[in-house]
Amino acid sequence: MIRRTLLATAAFCAFLGAGAAFAEDKVVNVYNWSDYIDSSIIDDFTKETGIKVVYDVYDSNEILETKLLAGGTGYDVVVPTNTFLQRQIAAGVYQKLDKSKLPNIKNMWDMVAERMQPFDPGNEYSINYMWGTIGIGFNKAKVKEALGTDQIDSWSVLLDPANAEKLKDCGINMLDSPTDIIPVVLAYLGLNPDSHEPDDIAKAEEALLKVRPFVRKFHSSEFINGLANGDICIAIGWSGDIFQARDRAEEANNGVELGYSIPKEGTQMWFDQMAIPADAPHVEEAHAFLNYIMRPEVIAKSTEYVHYANGNKASQALLPPDIINDPTIYPDEATLKKLFTNTTLDAKTQRLFTRTWTRVVTGQ
Amino acid sequence: MNKLGSAVFSRLVIIIPYAWLLFFFLIPFFIVFRISLSTTAIAQPPYTPVFALSDGLSGLWAKIGQFHFDNFVWLTEDALYFNAYISSVWIAALSTFITLLIGYPIAYGMAQAPRSLRPTLLMLVILPFWTSFLIRVYAWIAILKPEGLLNQFLIGIGVIHDPLIIMNTNWAIYIGIVYSYLPFMVLPLYSALEKMDNTLIEAAQDLGCPQITAFWKVTFPLSIPGIVAGCMLVFIPAVGEFVIPDLLGGSQTLMIGKTLWTEFNANRDWPVSAAVATILLLILVVPIVFFQNAQAKAEEQGR
Repeated sequence: MIRRTLLATAAFCAFLGAGAAFAEDKVVNVYNWSDYIDSSIIDDFTKETGIKVVYDVYDSNEILETKLLAGGTGYDVVVPTNTFLQRQIAAGVYQKLDKSKLPNIKNMWDMVAERMQPFDPGNEYSINYMWGTIGIGFNKAKVKEALGTDQIDSWSVLLDPANAEKLKDCGINMLDSPTDIIPVVLAYLGLNPDSHEPDDIAKAEEALLKVRPFVRKFHSSEFINGLANGDICIAIGWSGDIFQARDRAEEANNGVELGYSIPKEGTQMWFDQMAIPADAPHVEEAHAFLNYIMRPEVIAKSTEYVHYANGNKASQALLPPDIINDPTIYPDEATLKKLFTNTTLDAKTQRLFTRTWTRVVTGQ
Repeated sequence: MNKLGSAVFSRLVIIIPYAWLLFFFLIPFFIVFRISLSTTAIAQPPYTPVFALSDGLSGLWAKIGQFHFDNFVWLTEDALYFNAYISSVWIAALSTFITLLIGYPIAYGMAQAPRSLRPTLLMLVILPFWTSFLIRVYAWIAILKPEGLLNQFLIGIGVIHDPLIIMNTNWAIYIGIVYSYLPFMVLPLYSALEKMDNTLIEAAQDLGCPQITAFWKVTFPLSIPGIVAGCMLVFIPAVGEFVIPDLLGGSQTLMIGKTLWTEFNANRDWPVSAAVATILLLILVVPIVFFQNAQAKAEEQGR
């Protein structure tokens, strides 16, 4: 009796397996950040190639990494940020790209490829999707009311306790992310922003603790709505998120006018890279998807939608002037020189960063 | 033959809960415990197991001597973890108490309602479950924030002039937990109170017992199993709660769910987070087992 049940189960599984194999040839499973692509791009890709896109989203690198490290995700294309990518390559999460299947790689921007060298030498495992900066998003009217000016060009606007105290009531938000905030605090203090020295981290902690009482919340996504509807007046956040807040405020026509500043002390730039997991079930289709994304007109459409700069040089001629000429999206040469990248933290330094952060955020 | 069949059937029925415990509690716990003894690595998965399942039992015995409990020692070296446990237990205990205070009158009222009304009332208690838990917690943000519904209402009727700051404080967490878990308190209380024989109260009143004393001497003791079940159903998930403090609480709120998240996702330290989870389980299970035993003994003595 038991044996017969087992047989039946096995037969059923074999049936399911056959079904899956049958459906296997024309699918690509994409796992990308939420709200990060113009959905018409996906429809066009399917129309042209006949490959169905199963599109799934996440909202933090940590979630993506946890899934990838557990293995067997079934995803064919994922979009980690540079520092995460480097460690994931070391852990053996990705496969090398087959460049012969990616002719459109000729369109890519050498500036971005060079800056990615420390993270993915030779760009063997990934191509750039979007890149951006960490900066200050602010409500022009409310900041002017509190500080007497809306010309923001320095981190001191919220890292100097005297300023932070004045902005306390209209609301300050910071990303809840030590690897994003500590480097910019180091830059503000004039220290090496990529420092892993415990002494330097301690100085950053001290500076953060001085403004801690004036920060309303540490959160990595709430500030988009907060800025857009006027709940908060200033935030350290990712460039594209702040542009998104600016657009939402414009759409709502609620009188909120937002600005974005790349401070003169410099800031961190980051790169979201598309890569193919080692155990991806649809490698062929994944390459077809990457190659499609590297078409100038496709990635230009995406940039128009998300307001992030992309790593595709050829697409720049196709971008509308209000994006390509916006120095907060495509910084000029002088600003580019002030942007830095951060190397991946080893486990011990990561723990130091996280522990420092917990002390800053919770006071424990 | 028939008798034999029903004996086999009743055996099977007994096996099901044990099988459930084995597959969904003991085996997962064993996996977590095994990770808690390992060390981190840059690999997939990100730890080096202390022993392989292929070693078999003999291999396991051979390696037990080499087990190191560094990850558990680590938890004692930093006050953060202790404080997070204490703070979680405190928040959960206070929320459970408030839930009981609110839930008891609701359940009592339901049990006293006319029999024909009870199914409707029961339905109303369960009704919130028809909406996603996450959406209901988000709705509280709209109610509690400084320019939210609650403050608009209170300012509108002139009770307060400046908005109450509830959002991003522990108060918001208490409100969120009490609201979310209230049905879990009301349902067992209701089932305990509903079963109660009303003639006992009548008898007490006939013998000259005032209504309030009758409640404390008859109704309340008889509803204790419902109180215990309700409190456990609220307290246990509340200790490990992550979503409510993350959405409604402030950055300064320290809870073990968040600590676990940080260890697991930010530090990528699966071994330490497994140790945190193991300790959390011990904190929850040991008192419950102890309590159950005490209760069983008390019941036996009662006979």
